[in-house]
Amino acid sequence: MEIFVQQLINGITLGSIYGLIAIGYTMVFGIIGMVNFAHGDVFMVSAFVALIASLILTTWLGISSVFLSLLIVLICAMLITSLISWTIERLAYRPLRGSFRLAPLISAIGMSIFLMNFVQVAQGPRNKPIPPFFQNVIVVMEKDGYEVTLAYKQIVIWAVTAILLAAFWYLVSKTSLGRAQRACEQDQNMASLVGVDVDRTISVTFIIGAALAAVAGTLYLMYYGVVSFADGFVPGIKAFTAAVLGGIGSLPGALLGGLLIGLIETMWSAYFSIDYKDVAAFSILVVTLIFLPQGLLGRPEVEKV
Amino acid sequence: MTQPLLAVRGVKTYYGNIIALHGVDIEVNEGEIVTLIGANGAGKSTLMMTIFGNPRAREGQIVFEGRDITQMPTHEIARMKIAQAPEGRRIFSRMTVMENLQMGAAVADPAHFEEDLARVLELFPRLNERISQRGGTLSGGEQQMLSIARALMARPRLLLLDEPSLGLAPLIARQIFDIIAELNKRTKLTVLLVEQNAFHALKLAHRGYVMVNGQITLSGSGKELLQRPEIRAAYLEGGRQDA
Ligand SMILES: Nc1ncnc2c1ncn2[C@@H]1O[C@H](COP(=O)(O)OP(=O)(O)OP(=O)(O)O)[C@@H](O)[C@H]1O
Ligand SMILES: [Mg+2]
Repeated sequence: MEIFVQQLINGITLGSIYGLIAIGYTMVFGIIGMVNFAHGDVFMVSAFVALIASLILTTWLGISSVFLSLLIVLICAMLITSLISWTIERLAYRPLRGSFRLAPLISAIGMSIFLMNFVQVAQGPRNKPIPPFFQNVIVVMEKDGYEVTLAYKQIVIWAVTAILLAAFWYLVSKTSLGRAQRACEQDQNMASLVGVDVDRTISVTFIIGAALAAVAGTLYLMYYGVVSFADGFVPGIKAFTAAVLGGIGSLPGALLGGLLIGLIETMWSAYFSIDYKDVAAFSILVVTLIFLPQGLLGRPEVEKV
Repeated sequence: MTQPLLAVRGVKTYYGNIIALHGVDIEVNEGEIVTLIGANGAGKSTLMMTIFGNPRAREGQIVFEGRDITQMPTHEIARMKIAQAPEGRRIFSRMTVMENLQMGAAVADPAHFEEDLARVLELFPRLNERISQRGGTLSGGEQQMLSIARALMARPRLLLLDEPSLGLAPLIARQIFDIIAELNKRTKLTVLLVEQNAFHALKLAHRGYVMVNGQITLSGSGKELLQRPEIRAAYLEGGRQDA
């Protein structure tokens, strides 16, 4: 029971991070029907941006308030990562739009490899640590010497995720930008007939997805304390799995999928074998694709046309 | 002589290598209702879409308010205040009626929004009842109304309607034609109308063009065209003159 509660806490934390990344996959897929394989690496790059920003803040500028530095690091990571993602879309995907279907996909895989290798060369192949912060934990319950803890870090991750998702939800559902985004997702030609600049809207989609991935990257770095150039790959595929499980194209689905994948992974680690936790997550991808290709919250295509 | 609001001159449009418009010339003057009639596959919808640059005219020129818009990006053409209720309605099916109307108003001055909304909801009270329903769940006729209402939300200088009566009950179709006539009279709305229902369309329009195989073969005032024997034979056969 205690283990279950502990893993529930850990799973939700991990799941929040996956959910934030999954939204980027799902939005891009929704609007241009492409799996952006570089998205996981964009996430990894954002963690490095956060790493560099936090080192500059703490060692050079000597900012001691943890909350302030977290806020600044988050904003830096979001801005710079968005810019990178925008550039990738402009250079590597947009020119291929209207070419054969696999072209942007191949380009995305190329971008993924490029980002990974670039960071490996620029930052070195080893794990990069940050000085630990938010060390405190709250003991939620205790039994026979086993303490169920909720770390401050985890609370911060939950809170940041909740705030950003609320802002994101508002953006997509209530603003004209969000409406234009959804209109392009449904019918790009019609959207342009009512005056929506489709190319610009696609750019915005990449920017939003990258900003959320940057939040995930910053939280990931804070949670684990280290990041390496290869960290885009496995979390990226897990987030992609989350998007597929939730129903690709569905925003609530991405979040739900993220939480489920996070929980499955932590529960599996606790009750079965930690060595096979990735296998568990990827088995879900395969099983979903075979038995539930539209995902949990994917829309059945039965609309009048 | 005043220049026409819209002038299409010698426009040729292709789908791949297949030519769909063989050099089309039409003009629409400010305040006019102009109708374009023709058999299935004549190229009417192609012309409506070519005005929006999608597909783009490969030859010829399209001039709106004295500006050459032939090569302008589609969304900028929309921002010139040309609105279209295209063939097949093209409602944003996973958005509510309200959101569809908001999309229509994307190019309009936000200060007019409430006023324009009230106006179109008065024209189509049915939409008011369904304002928060998803577009995709509306009936075909309601979608048609929404498509027209969405186009009106732009406060267009020129409204392109591609078969607005398609799939509508005769009574509702009638209402739609009345609304078009009314808007034209009251607000001087300029309309380019494609219709299968040639009788209604020619009666409503000031002028008409007949398109055959991607070419304009006849033009004249609505009344004139209605009298032409070849038109009566081709498009009004069994035309319910009583309707
Ligand atoms: N996307 C397309 N690709 C290839 N050919 C097309 C395409 N759209 C239309 N066509 C062809 O262009 C010609 C004109 O079509 P268009 O839709 O303009 O006709 P229309 O006059 O609107 O007919 P209808 O009254 O049936 O709506 C047709 O022969 C059609 O097959
Ligand atoms: Mg047509």
